Formats: sequence, C-alpha cells, structure tokens
Amino acid sequence: MDAQTIIARRIARELRGGMLVNLGIGIPTLVANYISRDVQIFFQSENGLIGTGPIPEQGMAHPLLTDAGGRPVTALPGASTFDSAMSFGLIRGGHVDVTVLGGLQVDSRGLLANWMIPGKMVPGMGGAMDLVTGAKRVIIAMQHTAKGKAKLVKQCTLPLTSSRPIDLLVTELAVIAFPDGRATLRETAPGVTVEQVMSASEAKLALADTVAQMQL
Amino acid sequence: MKTVDVAEAVARIPNGATLMIGGFMGIGSPERVIDELVRQQKRDLTVIANDTAMPGRGIGKLIDRGMVARTIASHIGLNPETQRQMINGRMQVDLVPQGTLIERIRAGGFGLGGVLTPTGVGTVVAEGKQLIKLDGRSYLIEKALRADFALLNAFLADYLGNLSYVLTARNFNPVIAMAADTTIAAADHIVPVGLIAPDHVLTPATLVDYLVANG
Repeated sequence: MDAQTIIARRIARELRGGMLVNLGIGIPTLVANYISRDVQIFFQSENGLIGTGPIPEQGMAHPLLTDAGGRPVTALPGASTFDSAMSFGLIRGGHVDVTVLGGLQVDSRGLLANWMIPGKMVPGMGGAMDLVTGAKRVIIAMQHTAKGKAKLVKQCTLPLTSSRPIDLLVTELAVIAFPDGRATLRETAPGVTVEQVMSASEAKLALADTVAQMQL
Repeated sequence: MKTVDVAEAVARIPNGATLMIGGFMGIGSPERVIDELVRQQKRDLTVIANDTAMPGRGIGKLIDRGMVARTIASHIGLNPETQRQMINGRMQVDLVPQGTLIERIRAGGFGLGGVLTPTGVGTVVAEGKQLIKLDGRSYLIEKALRADFALLNAFLADYLGNLSYVLTARNFNPVIAMAADTTIAAADHIVPVGLIAPDHVLTPATLVDYLVANG
C-alpha cells in the first residue's frame, strides 16, 4: 500500500455517519474513496455545497457544479447549495465536524503551516485559515518526511495557518495526537517501529499509554 | 433597474475603478461582461474577488492583459500569471482568508464598519491589525470592503432584475450585489416577471442597477 493510500484509509476511519466534513485538495480528497457505502457523511465544498458526490461520468459534468478546486463533481440526493458567506459561517462557526487538510509542517505543539513557502510558493490561504480556526476537529494528512526532511518539526519555520493547534496528524508511518499541547504517538503503521517514527521526526514525541498498530 | 446592452453597461466603468466580480475559479463569473471589459481595454482596475481563476478564463482574462493594478483575493494558486505579476511587482496582490474576505464584503454591503474574526490571529494576517479580546477570546478587526461596481452573474433574472442562482455558481454573487455603488448583473436567462417564485429570489431587484443578457 502506498503512503497516500495508508493515510487516506486511516483517516476514513475517523469519520462517522451524519458528520459534516470538509476535505482539502490532495491526499484529503482521497479519504472519500474509503468511506463505507452504508454510512452517510455530508461532504462540504467551500464554494457552496453540502452533499458533494463523486466525479461525474464522462459527458455528465455540469458546468456550474464543481468542487473548490474547480473540478466537476456531482451533488448527491439531499444536497444543498449556499453562498460563500454561509459556507464560511458553517466553517468558522463550528458547524463543520471534521476538516482534513494537507500540511507542509506540523510542530510539537500541534501548530500547522500549510499555505505558503516564502519566496517559492504563494498561492494564497484560500479557506485553510478559516477551516483550521473554526472546524470542530482538524485532521492533517501529510507524508511524514519530504525529500528526507522531517515535516513533524520542533517549531514551524513556515508561516502558521492558525494559532489553534490541530487535533490529529496521520502520516504513512504514524498517528499522532496533541493532548495538552504535546505531540503524542498513538499508533504506528503495520511494520513500522516506534524508533522509526522517532527518527523520522524532528519534534520530540511522547508515547501514549499503549502505542497501537494502525488499523486500515 | 435598467436593461442595457453589455457595451453600454461596461462603458460606465472608468479606468481605475474598483470592481467586485463574482465567481469561484471562474464558475459563476460574468464572462460576457469580462469579455467586454477586455474589448474596451479598461486599465488600472482594482479587482476584489475570491480568486483570479486561471489564464484565459473569467477574471484571468483581465490579468492576462495586464488590466489589473491591484487584486484582493483569497487564492491565486491556479493562476501562474497572477503570481508572476505579483512577484515582479506589476500588480499588487492582497491575500485575505476566504471567510474573512466574504465577511468584509458582506459587512460593506450590510452597513457595518467591519467584522471581528478569530481567523488569522497569531499569523502573518494579523500584522498591522487591531486585536481585540472579548469574553476571553481574541479577534482581529477586519475592515469592511466596498467597490464602485459589482459585476455578478445569475442563472435567472426577471425583467425587474430579481435574480436566482444555480448550484456552485452562487458563491460571491449575492454578497457582492449588496456592496457596490453600482451593480451590473448578467443573467444566463431572462424570464417574465413572476416566473421566479418569491422564495427563490436571492437578490431582490432593487439591488440591481443594470441587467445584461448573456444570450
């Protein structure tokens, strides 16, 4: 199983029927592929849709129905549409149960940087700052390292997305939570040791009472 | 409200004007009005919008031709031309969190001086802004935004200018309709008065100054 699949499958297990969930682009989008068919989760696209469905079949795309990346999607039965003020009222107002976003860096306190690399990548924060600040639960889907460099760092060197810490970090190696502002290792992926996770992380990790194996 | 030819509507927009333009990655943007801005070669525009779409599409067409001096948007990641003009200093770009941007516009249209938001506290977005503590929580004071013109796109309009929207093409459109001195609405279909049920009107006719058919 590749890194992205491990991350997406593990995060899918965090979602429950009836939740309102906002998925960011990249690995987070893949999470929707691993939701059991008999569970109804309401996916929000922040451009104004609850009830976002799969990519339409060839020739069935509606030009005025897209996700927040501008890609054609479908609206499931029971979907609703709204303007951007309402959409971000849902986000900032704590009505979104879970947001799953990508990350550039997460630090030992759970602070996230995921929207710019000064001098290199300045795409704008879009909805990321509102999502991390306002969603009830923030889950970050991120590869544990990039080009051999740790992305779970002592302190973020890139500009922060929010002063609100994230709730859960899921990588292809581990699941890490941040109780009391401390990065705490909860699970390791099948075949991955605690030591491997430690050495791939710059942040110091506390260990949960039991470090379980990641269920996929 | 006046129904006008698109050329006449756009002729009222002077160079240097501040425009709010509806659309999200080009979905729900008034393409016909944008094409006419290009044809009339407007310049030094300030554009307030969610994003600048992509080259050749929606607001991207204005960026392609260097017609925009300043952009206030939340995301420019899918338009490399916007990033290029920002980096080489040809265009000023103010990046604003999306929820803050739409609330600043809403405040501008709703008669508020601004909004208090937790978004951006403790980040670079807070630089130079006033922080206020209320009931133990920190908020940024974000000032209201208004424009000279709002350029929006609707799915249906009646001949009075009542508007309704479809699917994800609604986005910024009904919000900017409130926040500009002059509102120009383009509609995909113009239908007889009474055909849009009162409950389905999201922008009441009195907010629309000029109506243009997309036909």
